[in-house]
Amino acid sequence: MSFINYVINGVSLGSIYAIIALGYTMVYGIARMLNFAHGDVIMVGAFTVFFGVSMQGFNPFVAVLLSIAVCITLGITIEFIAYRPLRGAASSLVVLITAIGVSYFLQNLALLIFGANPKSFTSMVPLNPIRLAGGQIVISGETIVTILSCLIIMISLTAFIKKTKPGQAMLAVSEDKGAAQLMGINVNGTITLTFAIGSGLAAVAGILLCSAYPSLSPYTGSMPGIKAFIAAVFGGIGSIPGALIGGILLGVIEILGRAYISSQLADVIVFMVLIFVLLVKPTGILGRKLQEKV
Amino acid sequence: MKMFKKVLSLCLVAVLSLSVLTACGNNDSDVFKIGGIGPLSGGAAIYGIAVRNGAQIAVDEINAAGGINGVQIEFNMQDDEHDAEKAVNAYNSLKDWGMQILMGTVTSTPCVAVGVHSSADNLFQITPSASSANVVKDNDNIFQICFNDPNQGYGSAQYIGQIGVMGNDGSLVTNVAIIYDSSDVYSSGLYDTFIKEAANQPFNIVATEAFTESSNTDFSVQLQKAKDAGAQLIFLPLYYKEASLILAQAAAIDYNPVFFGGDGLDGILTVENFNTGLAEGVILLTPFIASSADAKTQAFVSEYERLHGEIPNQFAAGAYDAIYVIKAAIEHSGATHTMSVSELGDALKVAVTQISINGLTGENMTWLPTGEVNKAPKAMVIVNGIYVEL
Repeated sequence: MSFINYVINGVSLGSIYAIIALGYTMVYGIARMLNFAHGDVIMVGAFTVFFGVSMQGFNPFVAVLLSIAVCITLGITIEFIAYRPLRGAASSLVVLITAIGVSYFLQNLALLIFGANPKSFTSMVPLNPIRLAGGQIVISGETIVTILSCLIIMISLTAFIKKTKPGQAMLAVSEDKGAAQLMGINVNGTITLTFAIGSGLAAVAGILLCSAYPSLSPYTGSMPGIKAFIAAVFGGIGSIPGALIGGILLGVIEILGRAYISSQLADVIVFMVLIFVLLVKPTGILGRKLQEKV
Repeated sequence: MKMFKKVLSLCLVAVLSLSVLTACGNNDSDVFKIGGIGPLSGGAAIYGIAVRNGAQIAVDEINAAGGINGVQIEFNMQDDEHDAEKAVNAYNSLKDWGMQILMGTVTSTPCVAVGVHSSADNLFQITPSASSANVVKDNDNIFQICFNDPNQGYGSAQYIGQIGVMGNDGSLVTNVAIIYDSSDVYSSGLYDTFIKEAANQPFNIVATEAFTESSNTDFSVQLQKAKDAGAQLIFLPLYYKEASLILAQAAAIDYNPVFFGGDGLDGILTVENFNTGLAEGVILLTPFIASSADAKTQAFVSEYERLHGEIPNQFAAGAYDAIYVIKAAIEHSGATHTMSVSELGDALKVAVTQISINGLTGENMTWLPTGEVNKAPKAMVIVNGIYVEL
């Protein structure tokens, strides 16, 4: 019975990693940069809901929509102010350092506005827990909503990329930026769209994360952000199904490792699996090998 | 142009040599200069800000009443962001300011780093809250207001074993689980002595689960294991942030043991938007309760509330006591503000072992020459959202 509980918890944690990992993987796939501020956009999303619901008394649904809108605006603004001027001219290292700078900026801004004290987050999930096997298995409403949202997001994102014009444009830019531009695709617009989608998903991930683990502080997003980055690399960075597989595997390995090997060594186990996978398959589980054109 | 450069460099030399002179000379001002170091920003800021506010109240009270032996106190608190390196920088800038006595640092890791320098300078240092045993180890100039971690773990095990805790199933607790942060010096310090003392006590440890700083949000596994092992009580040698998550996640899996913790849990009720119903029945060993009927405590709490709009925690109370301990030690030793840092250090570290203080965080507090405090711990239980003495 405990095993089933562990697996359910692992899939739920992994689903959150997967949704965050999507933001990393899409931005990497299209703009070829690691947006380390992504984890902090999650925190901004959660704080927006906290501000709306707990401080201003908004309807939770309105607050969630507001949070997504705030994060999309934030993502586009960050891209426009911090990353776009560096695109092309600078080396990828410069963009990486800028991203770390943006991450610290957001953390300290939240520290300034909301203070360092951790806040308790009111769950946005109105569902009651489901009890199975005479109360031995308790599946919380947050777990169900998290797993379902992850699946819905994956399916709609895949459909968006396969079936729509902007989606195809994203695919083209990720294949070859220069050629895509020659074919009349607005590369900057496509990258902005990618940031908008990634940041909107970050808001959703932040709300799900804080609903399941109801503690909110300016540093809430940083550790899940790093774990999700690992999930993205694990699944193959740049690949959307890879983010799903990487995220869920990471969550399940983390929880099962903690349960059956050692609660203290959970992270060691996760990283050992990661190292092993990268040794065997350096591009990650679903990653493709990129031909470096000289 | 050349002339200008020459004059400029001469001026610079003059300014620099002046600052060197002021840095090493005796105190020529007419006040006691007490420095403070603690996290005023960053993740541990709640502790540092409380210490600053609590100490300032004590300083203002003493100054209004005429100071120490007629000499006023000047208090200067610097930020260390709970970082050892920044704490040492803060120490150095306070030395430049003319600090004679240090009230700090607030957290353990920076305190150990600063202790190396303060003991080299033989500067009298008293910390309100840095509770690691390493803070006072090998340093005869550093004293603690708070219990050190080994004593808290030891006291918790003794309390559960000797006085006994009623489980939520209606029988006396015999099965105990522990969840602790193995990456944190406070948490693992409490854990080590708790586990050692538990061997002599009539209860069983049925589960020992750890986590680290990088996995401090999901506790479902640890709680599930404690539940499967039939633990009636979970010992949480943690800070309140993780504890609030553990309480919420235990409720989510219909698990209702007694939670028992050290002073790190103090503050859990002040977490913004926290459902205090979750903390109902939580027991903690803490030296200070704001709701106590004690007149001194009431005066401090109402003053703190008036100035800062919130109920003070034990960190604020500890800092308030620390300032009064400094005052008592100075008065006992007859030390003066014109003494050098080292002379003051020699006088005060003897005096502090000879005095007994009735403070906010303990009655008849005395100090050992090793720096540890001697006072009785108090157990509190949370009932209807407030601390009640057990």
